[in-house]
Amino acid sequence: MSRVVVNVMPKPEILDPQGKAVTGALQRLGFQGLSVRQGKRFEIEVDGEVTEEVLAQIERAADTLLANTVIESFDVVTD
Amino acid sequence: MPRIGVVTFPGSLDDHDALRAVQLSGAEAVPLWHGSDSIDGVDAIILPGGFSYGDYLRCGAIARFSPVMSTVIDAAGKGMPVLGICNGFQLLCEAHLLEGAMIRNAGQQFVCRDERLRVETIDTTWTCAFTKGDEITIVLKNGEGNYQASAETLRKLEDNDQVVFRYLDNPNGSANDIAGITNERGNVVGLMPHPEHNVESLTGPSTDGARFFASVLQFLSVRA
Repeated sequence: MSRVVVNVMPKPEILDPQGKAVTGALQRLGFQGLSVRQGKRFEIEVDGEVTEEVLAQIERAADTLLANTVIESFDVVTD
Repeated sequence: MPRIGVVTFPGSLDDHDALRAVQLSGAEAVPLWHGSDSIDGVDAIILPGGFSYGDYLRCGAIARFSPVMSTVIDAAGKGMPVLGICNGFQLLCEAHLLEGAMIRNAGQQFVCRDERLRVETIDTTWTCAFTKGDEITIVLKNGEGNYQASAETLRKLEDNDQVVFRYLDNPNGSANDIAGITNERGNVVGLMPHPEHNVESLTGPSTDGARFFASVLQFLSVRA
């Protein structure tokens, strides 16, 4: 069994209210100089080898469902 | 009598209010089910508010791939009036029937209040009974109603007169104060506020929502 990770992040030009709230909370807790953007991580278990074909399929899955590319970008990483 | 369908998804909340609003408008209200690809020969479709599929992943993202949606997308492409309310609007964006997307409200708060809106275009199947510039009151209730789109898309929506409703007092950070938009053809409309809750004086501060339903009936009667 192999694992592929899809990371989904709000696009830089899109406001990230959750990240902003976390940034504010960190400041209040005394963690200075940290700016947070919040995204999602999907861990995908793959039967067998992670081939180019499998990666292409996961790329399609991310583009179709996991991310909304109007507001989010994603990358696919073999773990 | 025109037949207007309301789709129920697992997690829909306002499907029954929408069905009741349809009935009060004088049309036949037809319940539709997300798991069936049939729309039962209806003349128009409403995608109601709620939290379809628990709003898991993103609001409307999973509902968008339910069996009924392939038929809805097909019918919308042929010009059938489709109204998406709140979660229905999010769903229409996920289905790419409307452009842009909704993110979490700028203030991170769930907002529930009577919202003042301006009707910006009456050139749609769901607003033809309004007058351009009408100011109406429709209840709003959501946590992710912050409408966003690329600068290019926003410019196109503005230039093509596809912004249908604008907030007078923007509650959630929506770009250009946008509360609702339409597609290029004007048959698909989505908005975050809930017209189906504003059809009876007993339960709302206005009955402005009734004109959405009067609009689609007017459109269907002219077309028939």
